[in-house]
Amino acid sequence: MRLGWGCQEGLVVGGPEQRLRLVALGGIMSRVSVPCHVKGTVALQVGDVRTSHGRPGVLVIDVTFPSVAPFELQEITFKNYYTAFLSIRVRQHTSMHTPAKWVTCLRDHCLMPNPHSEEGAQDYVSLFKHQMLCDMARVLELRLILRQPSPLWLSFTVEELQIYQQGPKSPSMTFPKWLSHPVPCEQPVPLLEQMWALTEMIRASHTSARIGRFDVDGCYDLNLLSYT
Amino acid sequence: MSQEESDISLIIAQIVQKLKGSNLYAQLERQAWASLQRPEIKLESLKEDIKEFFKISGWEKKLQNAVYSELSVFPLPSHPAAPPEHLKEPLVYMRKAQGSWEKRILKSLNSMCTELSIPLARKRPVGEQKELLNKWNEMGTDEPDLSLFRPVYAPKDFLEVLINLRNPNYENGDSLSFRTHLGLIQVPLKVKDIPELKECFIELGLNTGQLGIDDSTQVPPELFENEHVRIGQKVLAEQDSAAAQQYVRQGSPTALRAELWALILNISSQPEDILYYEQLKTNVIQHDLLVDSLIYKDVKLTASNDDYYFVFEDYLYQVLLCFSRDTSVLSHFAYNSASPPKSYIRGKLGLEEYAVFYPPNGVIPFHGFSMYVAPLCFLYHEPSKLYQIFREMYVRFFFRLHSISSHPSGIVSLCLLFETLLQTYLPQLFYHLREIGAQPLRISFKWMVRAFSGYLATDQLLLLWDRILGYNSLEILAVLAAAVFAFRAVNLMEVTSLAAAEAVLADLSTLKVMPLLQIFLFATVT
Repeated sequence: MRLGWGCQEGLVVGGPEQRLRLVALGGIMSRVSVPCHVKGTVALQVGDVRTSHGRPGVLVIDVTFPSVAPFELQEITFKNYYTAFLSIRVRQHTSMHTPAKWVTCLRDHCLMPNPHSEEGAQDYVSLFKHQMLCDMARVLELRLILRQPSPLWLSFTVEELQIYQQGPKSPSMTFPKWLSHPVPCEQPVPLLEQMWALTEMIRASHTSARIGRFDVDGCYDLNLLSYT
Repeated sequence: MSQEESDISLIIAQIVQKLKGSNLYAQLERQAWASLQRPEIKLESLKEDIKEFFKISGWEKKLQNAVYSELSVFPLPSHPAAPPEHLKEPLVYMRKAQGSWEKRILKSLNSMCTELSIPLARKRPVGEQKELLNKWNEMGTDEPDLSLFRPVYAPKDFLEVLINLRNPNYENGDSLSFRTHLGLIQVPLKVKDIPELKECFIELGLNTGQLGIDDSTQVPPELFENEHVRIGQKVLAEQDSAAAQQYVRQGSPTALRAELWALILNISSQPEDILYYEQLKTNVIQHDLLVDSLIYKDVKLTASNDDYYFVFEDYLYQVLLCFSRDTSVLSHFAYNSASPPKSYIRGKLGLEEYAVFYPPNGVIPFHGFSMYVAPLCFLYHEPSKLYQIFREMYVRFFFRLHSISSHPSGIVSLCLLFETLLQTYLPQLFYHLREIGAQPLRISFKWMVRAFSGYLATDQLLLLWDRILGYNSLEILAVLAAAVFAFRAVNLMEVTSLAAAEAVLADLSTLKVMPLLQIFLFATVT
């Protein structure tokens, strides 16, 4: 998303009501990691891999869930490594006695806006249920189809793949008075709770205390600099 | 419930958390309590009335400016799974390159330390402290023996590191392909081309008035200058950071520049800030650091020799010595690919409670560092304000000019932008210079690393830095470097060696930057 520095209208500096109206938090609902088995990548290439000169531009990664019953997929996260486009196909459990079919749930999602340059090449990415083309109710298996059309990269893949399903609903938290003051807001109240939870989460993750002294008890007599 | 909306809420949460630790928060709380005395504040509509009071008294504007400042400086929040190194620099090979470069610098500093038998830090005896306090305002008169000191590194050493930067996953083969980089930089970062630059720098277009062009003596001031000054005064009266940033894109009138830059950088000299500066001064008096000698040497070699800046020598010491002691600068390392050097108290090697950063602000000065401060001395004469402005400029912009990162305003991207612009729009010149062994970047690198300080006349430099602040980006440096080459193209086509090319481009002091930029971006036939 882009925040235009020069464009005053786009800045998030309106009053609190305006901000709260914009709040919609898909990201911090609680989630539970689903143990998965990531099979080795298979390159799709025409002809013999050894003799052809070009590098494969399409890779397929199968992800299975051997010890888990069909579940509802909430989120997929991974670290990109030079993949330009990602498609995902899903095979879901059907109640009828028909064999489960593969359905495309994500088509050509762009990870690198310019496949020849580094932008987006090593980013961390999350894909959510609401971005998928079909519902992800009873997932049995996933197939990730990675594409990198540029011949400049020696290899490409996705790393640190994690699949999440929805966790138990978060217990309601106490939040400060100003947040509970009635505001003209169309969003339902649980979202306000979650915004507060988000602030608390960030506060807990690191301190923003101003660092003051640089010495230790008045002493700044140092060794040589350390190489770590 | 889209990704954008949850991104915004994450940003809001982060900014709220940052501002809660700030002076402004305490001041707003005090003001809110104090406002309860006022007759117009009624208990039934307490929240609305206090908000109205803040709006009228200008406190809401101060809060807006603080939020705007946070948005401009800190990068957008990253993915929850991303480790902190990823925020500093997303590409692993660049992080590694920065790490090796830093190790070289540390080794160099350590060997200087052992060779000269001078400690990294030393507590000054009381007599020496008194002496330094007495001559605080005239440290330039001191003539310490600095002959044994050498700068830790110079821009050309850093250029060699950037030239050797390689992505291990990139096709770096010897055979020429459609993407072979003909310049010195070999990493495929995304840089803007002229159509994108035109869109980005739209206020520099031919149809928009500029200071630096439309305020020249031949142009009647009623056409542009008078109105522009009037608008500037209005912006200052409103005290709106975002408006000021938009305003200086067309240049800042000399009389208003100091206040406008302070407004954009959200610097207001509060008593706490002056006290903080005095505390830093005390730290300088108490401890003598090895980097102090490096700073002295740098000032003596660069600013003191410059016709425009030698008068400010004393100010430079007062700012740079305090800068080295300022631990609040450490917070910028969260988004800087560099990391502060670490050490331990003598005798406590390896014990984390005795780990310290050296220098306290984590920044080791290099040859030419003092030139970042020198131009600001024309605008600010009060040392603590000058100090705050410099510190804010450093943690927003200047740090990117000497660390290896993939950021669009980082020096690597600027170098690649410069080379790409030259290759694309002046291919004959580029080819000619390459053939004679005068790669253009070898000449323009030093201009960009110093943000042209010391190369342009000061009024022109300040017009250039207006645009850096206005667009919150350093890309204009690369565009200007290419524009300078375009301007001197005819002479450059006739040279036959690197030395001769350097000679053609040795003196930039007569150049007018705004016409050069405007012509290069908007009036060159491509």
